[in-house]
Amino acid sequence: MKASHRNHPNYWAFVLHRVSGILLALFLPVHFQVLYLAIKKADVFDGFLHWAEMPLVKLAETVLVVLLAAHLTGGLRLLAVEFLPWRDGQKTVVALTGGASLVIGLVYLLNAA
Amino acid sequence: MTPQTTPQMSPDDNLDIQSTHQSETILWLAQRISAMVLAVCILVHLGTIIYAVQGGLSAAEIIGRVGGSEAWLAFYVTFVLAITVHAPIGLRAILNEMTKLSRKRVDLLCFIGAVMLAYLGLKVAIRFYNLGVVS
Repeated sequence: MKASHRNHPNYWAFVLHRVSGILLALFLPVHFQVLYLAIKKADVFDGFLHWAEMPLVKLAETVLVVLLAAHLTGGLRLLAVEFLPWRDGQKTVVALTGGASLVIGLVYLLNAA
Repeated sequence: MTPQTTPQMSPDDNLDIQSTHQSETILWLAQRISAMVLAVCILVHLGTIIYAVQGGLSAAEIIGRVGGSEAWLAFYVTFVLAITVHAPIGLRAILNEMTKLSRKRVDLLCFIGAVMLAYLGLKVAIRFYNLGVVS
């Protein structure tokens, strides 16, 4: 049976890096505009923050934090692959980046809840 | 047998290819250098998010924290500029790889995206700083 190139942690690390990058890039203009509200209309901004207290929004924020952490840790992995001497155990590094991202998301959720 | 034709390259074509290679290398390097800056910025940002979210956020709390602070202004300006370099180059690679848009159109779109990110981000960073400046 021919093994698919998709059946490898590094392929999924590539997909996650790409998807998280696109989502973060789309989120950024919204993030900046919402922050601008805090300057222009503080009461509207605080109303928005009140809306953001809803569990579903908190969950969405946690996903964003995990995406940011995953893009960070995945990016550090890529920089290490490109600029440092090759090391074996790339699958372990992928697992570590995934684990670290989830831990950061959990720490956020525990503090935000 | 059909006659084989080989594309003829003029010296100008050769120069074009050379300058394309050079600009691709510069973009590749800019992407990596901005990534290194962003790695530090995002670590600080994640730490700040987790610290600031404790006890809830408010406009006053954010302004109290970053308003009038040169250190935070320098941090956020660096952060926004690194994003301005990093995100459009990444999107450019994805659009070139995954869509049928022409390279020129992709370059234009990403340039517009970069200008928009820089404008929105720097505007917020500078306005927040100004709110805390005691005149």
